[in-house]
Amino acid sequence: MSGDNRSDAIKIDGLTKHYGSRRVVDSIKLRVPAGCVYGLLGRNGAGKSTLIKMLLGMVQPDVGRATLLDEDITQLRPQTRSRIAYLAEGHPLYRWMTVAGAVRFTQGFYEREAWHEGFLGSILDHFGISPKAKIGRLSNGERAQVSLALALASDPQLLILDDPTLGLDTVVRRDFLESMIHLIQRSGRTILFSSHILGDVERVADRIGIMVDGVMRIDCPTDHFKTQLRRVVLDFTGSVPRFPDCAGLVSQRQIGGKLELVVVGYGEEHAALAESLGAESVEMMELNLEDAFIAYTRGETRPLPSLEWEPVGC
Amino acid sequence: MEFTISTTAGVPLYQQLTEQICSAIARGRLRGDERLPSVRELSQSLVVNPNTVARAYTELERDGTLYTRPGLGVFVSRSRPALPKKVRRERLTKGADQFLVDAVRLGCERAEVLELVDERMKQFQWPSSAAQAS
Repeated sequence: MSGDNRSDAIKIDGLTKHYGSRRVVDSIKLRVPAGCVYGLLGRNGAGKSTLIKMLLGMVQPDVGRATLLDEDITQLRPQTRSRIAYLAEGHPLYRWMTVAGAVRFTQGFYEREAWHEGFLGSILDHFGISPKAKIGRLSNGERAQVSLALALASDPQLLILDDPTLGLDTVVRRDFLESMIHLIQRSGRTILFSSHILGDVERVADRIGIMVDGVMRIDCPTDHFKTQLRRVVLDFTGSVPRFPDCAGLVSQRQIGGKLELVVVGYGEEHAALAESLGAESVEMMELNLEDAFIAYTRGETRPLPSLEWEPVGC
Repeated sequence: MEFTISTTAGVPLYQQLTEQICSAIARGRLRGDERLPSVRELSQSLVVNPNTVARAYTELERDGTLYTRPGLGVFVSRSRPALPKKVRRERLTKGADQFLVDAVRLGCERAEVLELVDERMKQFQWPSSAAQAS
């Protein structure tokens, strides 16, 4: 990869965070090119939110650095911050405010010229949300729409959304995605959004990243993910070893004398590892998206108990 | 022209689109010089990233199925790509074989197979210069 970071809206270099002895984010390296829509997938607790909060300065990284719009995250100037919008998980808004009140409140954080009142109004109008409505009376979906509208009012160059469709029903989710598509069409905007729904990410994202236990396991174009995903079954005569962590490995689980892997872009490197572990045979199968989804959401599971059950030491 | 997208299928979204466009052309539902929806319109109505639609259009432009008129949009080509007969044969053989495997397995007679092909051919749009399915 080139050393030129001009075209990267987000550049993450080794960000790491521990909570106690638990490493929740582990040496993440990631580049999101300007204009890219990046979908960050992972189940709850994978470290997505912590990673996002580190980028925005709400959590201090233990190690590593990152830039947003070419500025170090520890030294973001207010002008740069005003070009970045963030949607927090769960769309927290003051419930006692009216929509118009929330608009006035949020506007106070921006320069007058950076605030596009008309655009904001048209979004709220599109969603059919009255400025007089009390936030506390809105549905989850409507609150999500209000917070998206507020985020867009500053016409941000970089939009970071933490699981924006969490808790929304199918119809509202689709509406929300539609407005995201609308936003993407205003070209040049970079979007990083986390999600636990593969289908949503596939619709919206140019690139997809998958975090498992704090580690970025996959980082590739969305189409690539779908065509390169394979289930690989390794057969062993003796005891079944663990497959070493490596790029492209989504999950592994032991079934009897077999080790079942889910891998994106199975290549020579993986084949060499399989051989070094002493696999008798390697069988490769295509994977439909449903299986892929389960494979990555389930993550690593303990082997299914066989007849000779042994307690698993922790 | 209505297109649909499925995120549960194992096929990338852009490929689902190219397949549907090709099928619509082959069946005569999209005619030569007919305008396709703009990238913006289609991405909005299918709720997919505009780049996905753009990629489908670009791939089909590259092989001559579609063409762009700057400022006016993307259109269906009148002419079909001029591939050598040998290449056409190669591309079609796999599908033909698959069809014939099923035909044999289901106990079809040769005449029945030919009759079926003849009948199905009527569902598709053939170049006017070529021999029509009688």
